[in-house]
Amino acid sequence: MSEEILLECKNLKKYFNTPRGTLHAVDDVSFKLEKGKTLGVVGESGCGKSTLGRTILKALDPTGGKIIFEGKDITDMKKREFTKYRKDMQLIFQDPFASLDPKMSVYQIIEEPLKIFKVFKTKKETEDRVIELMKTVGLDERYVNTYPHELDGGRRQRIGIARALALNPKFIICDEPVSALDVSIQAQVLNLMMDLKDKRGLTYIFITHDLSVVKHISDDILVLYLGKMVEKTDSDTLFAKPLHPYTKALLSAVPIPDISYKGKEAEVVKGEVTSPIDPPEGCRFAARCPRATEKCFAKTPDFYEAEPNHFVACHLYE
Amino acid sequence: MGEKLLEIKDLSIRYTTDKIISRAVNHVNLSVDRGEVLGLVGETGAGKTTTALSLLGLLPKYTSEIEGSIEFEGEQLVGMKEKQFRKIRGKKISMIFQDPMTSLNPVYKVGEQIGDVIRIHNKKMNNIEIEKRVGELLNMVGIDAGRINDYPHQFSGGMKQRVMIAIAIACNPDLLIADEPTTALDVTIQAQVIKMMRGLQQQLGSSVILITHDLGIVANFCDKVAIMYGGEIVESGTLEDIFDKSRNHHPYTEGLFGSIPNIEERSDRLKPIEGLAPHPSELPEGCKFHPRCPKSMDICRAGDNPPVVANGTHCIQCYLAKEGK
Repeated sequence: MSEEILLECKNLKKYFNTPRGTLHAVDDVSFKLEKGKTLGVVGESGCGKSTLGRTILKALDPTGGKIIFEGKDITDMKKREFTKYRKDMQLIFQDPFASLDPKMSVYQIIEEPLKIFKVFKTKKETEDRVIELMKTVGLDERYVNTYPHELDGGRRQRIGIARALALNPKFIICDEPVSALDVSIQAQVLNLMMDLKDKRGLTYIFITHDLSVVKHISDDILVLYLGKMVEKTDSDTLFAKPLHPYTKALLSAVPIPDISYKGKEAEVVKGEVTSPIDPPEGCRFAARCPRATEKCFAKTPDFYEAEPNHFVACHLYE
Repeated sequence: MGEKLLEIKDLSIRYTTDKIISRAVNHVNLSVDRGEVLGLVGETGAGKTTTALSLLGLLPKYTSEIEGSIEFEGEQLVGMKEKQFRKIRGKKISMIFQDPMTSLNPVYKVGEQIGDVIRIHNKKMNNIEIEKRVGELLNMVGIDAGRINDYPHQFSGGMKQRVMIAIAIACNPDLLIADEPTTALDVTIQAQVIKMMRGLQQQLGSSVILITHDLGIVANFCDKVAIMYGGEIVESGTLEDIFDKSRNHHPYTEGLFGSIPNIEERSDRLKPIEGLAPHPSELPEGCKFHPRCPKSMDICRAGDNPPVVANGTHCIQCYLAKEGK
């Protein structure tokens, strides 16, 4: 643990009150993220990935737990004080169709953060910076005065990335940044993000449902299911030796572009994600788990170190 | 097997707006046999969906021009009258759309929406028979028949896509077009849906055109593959032709494979295709792929398309492709 810890979450919780009960979106998530590393957060829709990202950035107020950024507790920080940190923490959104203001041109969208933080004094400098950012993310300069609706998904997402990079942040939460993109463009964007990471020493939390992408880009991977941490280890170990039945199911569900796999029935996990509203005691995956026992329904498994640096929440390995 | 169901010859489709002419599909040749699954692979703007819509006669009437021939069960679909087309659409050719969240009507019960298709094509069936058939269809796609009176918002994404599939297979179509059927779904749900579709395809013996950008799904599900770029088919062949790495390939196909992060190996950087796919209104001269192609030569930049080189079932449209292995 000699490395510098950039971000730490301690028992982070985010509950929402709904008419039908309390929705446990993020439930007891703890991790440490070293500077310059990438943490992949994996899970299906509704498992709390995006809520986790937003809570860390304080776009949502956590229900419980602590967020420590660069050694400072930012959990209950006042808005005014937090503004300083805001510059260092940015978010790339999932849906490039919904996250860009349709009434703003590409230039205005990328310029906005620079304007808010008054980074440059002259208009020329701002303009140069916007053009430079567009080049960095591979957007042609001629799009500078177009509006988002004129562009395809790939280009829109590049705008989102350019905007996130505008303030030279230290830490970026990428919320499914490539899931809306074509494969060849996806590969470009992933390479771009890795280059940026190496060049600028960025730290990422990479939220995705695509396991092949997360393996490619992450150092550590955290698997979430219905707000709970299910498994956490370094990316090679997770793919070589997954422990939790849910992780195994996720891995086997990925279609592999190789015909030697054709006809081999992948282990398809039954059912769908259950409701996160007032979840009962017990493992939340138990209802879909092929190896569930009575104990799984009765007692919530702890998140413990089953093997060195390999954490899992499952009764099977106790 | 072996009997031709659909044959597309030299199909070109253009969209014309005020000033811009988009050449969405250019000289496409395709054929699908009975009971065969064809994977149509390509990126956004490659013309996959336009090709599919032309098979259903759903292209916009006044802004699109279509040339070439589409023969389905011996009938010519290009230029067919709307009245005749209605007898084919939904009954012999049906389509599963990409986004189940927006393709279902939110104010009608799912049972009614499935029943509609049956009612239109089977005028003699009464309501009780239709309801029974709807129940059967729901069971076939893995939904409890008791949910016949539920509304779309009461279903999850995966379940809605199952409802869409039930609508598509309601009349036992000969050809099923699935336009990115699992793109909007989670991986575990995607695996469920693909498995179910494969089962249904074998059970019903329908031919399927699967439009996707996911080569993983293609490897899992298809018999034949056609790879589209810039409105053209740049490479086509059987699954073995395309996925055998030791064979000659179109540089675009190689690029596509290089772009996929491999789940089994760890690599530092992906090998993406440089540049962006061209907009169909500004397709380059010569080979459509040459501005992004790492192997492009002078000959690629000028004049007509490169010749199509065929090796048995394996066709490549590239100057670099050679006859024989």
